[in-house]
Amino acid sequence: MSAIATLPTEMVRHDHVASRNAEQIALKVENLEAQYGRGCSACHELTGPEHSTNVCGQCGTVIACADVSFAVRAGRTLGIVGESGSGKTTVLRCLYGDLNPAGGTASLMTYEDGRANLFTASAQVRRRVRNFDMGMVYQHARDGLNLRISAGGNVAERLLAAEWRRVDQIRARAGHLLERMEIPRSRMDTPPSAFSGGMQQRVQIARALANGPAVVLLDEMTSGLDVSVQAGVLDLVLELQRTEGVAMVVVSHDLGVIRLLCERTMVMKNGRVVESGLTDQILEDPRHPYTQLLVSSVNA
Amino acid sequence: MSVFTPQPITHGAAGQSSATALPLRVRNLHKTFTLHVLGGKHVPAFHDVSFDAPAGGFLGIAGASGSGKSSLLKCIFRTYLADSGSVTWNLTDGSEIDLVQATDDEVLDIRRDEIGYVSQFLRPMPRVTAIDLAARPLVERGMERAEARERIADLFARVRLPRDLWDGLPVLFSGGEQQRVNLVRALAVAPRLLLLDEPTASLSPDLQAEVVTLIGEARDRGTTLVGVMHDTDLLNRLSDQVIVLDQGRRVA
Repeated sequence: MSAIATLPTEMVRHDHVASRNAEQIALKVENLEAQYGRGCSACHELTGPEHSTNVCGQCGTVIACADVSFAVRAGRTLGIVGESGSGKTTVLRCLYGDLNPAGGTASLMTYEDGRANLFTASAQVRRRVRNFDMGMVYQHARDGLNLRISAGGNVAERLLAAEWRRVDQIRARAGHLLERMEIPRSRMDTPPSAFSGGMQQRVQIARALANGPAVVLLDEMTSGLDVSVQAGVLDLVLELQRTEGVAMVVVSHDLGVIRLLCERTMVMKNGRVVESGLTDQILEDPRHPYTQLLVSSVNA
Repeated sequence: MSVFTPQPITHGAAGQSSATALPLRVRNLHKTFTLHVLGGKHVPAFHDVSFDAPAGGFLGIAGASGSGKSSLLKCIFRTYLADSGSVTWNLTDGSEIDLVQATDDEVLDIRRDEIGYVSQFLRPMPRVTAIDLAARPLVERGMERAEARERIADLFARVRLPRDLWDGLPVLFSGGEQQRVNLVRALAVAPRLLLLDEPTASLSPDLQAEVVTLIGEARDRGTTLVGVMHDTDLLNRLSDQVIVLDQGRRVA
């Protein structure tokens, strides 16, 4: 069943409105770096794909990611692929403020017109940007949801953070978003702990969209789901891409998901970006040895 | 009346033959694959290829299997990255862009607005019906879904795609049926440049004839075409000019 039929018309922004906005860079990241450990002067030299490790041989610091730069336009989706430990989730966590980067800049179109570095903003400002302009879907529902409060309450939490104050409006918006995610209003007061994995991910997406964000970050959102349930979640994300005009960053190790959702793809290994390009180019004409291995290992 | 009415959303590009005489200029294009998985083996695709495609004309590319024809088309579309050389495209606004050097976002814009690509293989999207799949580029350009579906339905009828398949899933279609979905999808948006890789390979002769008519109509509207075909008779019939590749080099 197509998701389109279930979308209330007032939520559907006309497609070419979204594409008109699309000239704008919604999110720009330059030289992002994150590490676990004190670090030393040799860390950069001794880590990365050419050393096949992200652990500094001299001081033992983990360079989770370094020299990561990219920009995403409004209405477009960037995929990040790479094996476990390549740093792709770290990138999202730094952007969403779950982790403090060691260096680099991030600018958001909606924050100071993209002129200020989000990473050096005060904790209060960062929280505000996260609450008003960003959404995140985590791999595990337990990281993104409070499983013990109701599904509606999970969405309402984000609305309250974005300074929605009227209970009737909050309840209407939460119900509307959940319905859009194909969670019936009758289940709105049920806690997500009683939901299936696919439903939990859909509550996460509703929550991530609650504040009308400019940037949505999706971390392996379909990894734990069986294929038919994955399909439903992916269809909803595709529908959102067409209607919302948000910039998305999708982290996945599943090239099928990347091919379906992302126009552009960045490949990471040992904390560094080894290659980036149009998704069809990355899949059909991969240049880096790691990307070639990745692509030849599966039939995406 | 032709179903190919010019579309307002394409800036009126298709159909205006007043555009530059040479919308596409390929110069000294070179492509070699380096296969690290096979110990760094080099596989040359083509070497030092240059040609011009005249506006509103059909440029045919002939050559044996493995001569680099399809790779050349993929390089123009940027599915493959050329190692050197240039692919200069004249944009609707008269400016020029080198598709080898253009940013990913620029290429995505140009693919949406100006350049189409049809291969003999359809890449179905999971759970998307044939008619919606073919209508997608129109919708992406801002057309209402209902109108887009109507336009696609007209074209499906012309290529005699059985009506009960329109709302079917293309992944279950035969090769010839998939190919028609693919062609209709590309032709419906009336791109300024259309790259055709064996567009008639799995079609019966009568369907081939219909596709040839559709391609002719696209050309009459001002679409520039670059096509690769095994069928040399058909290629010669369609083309205003034919270039020939042999082992990755242009020999004629």
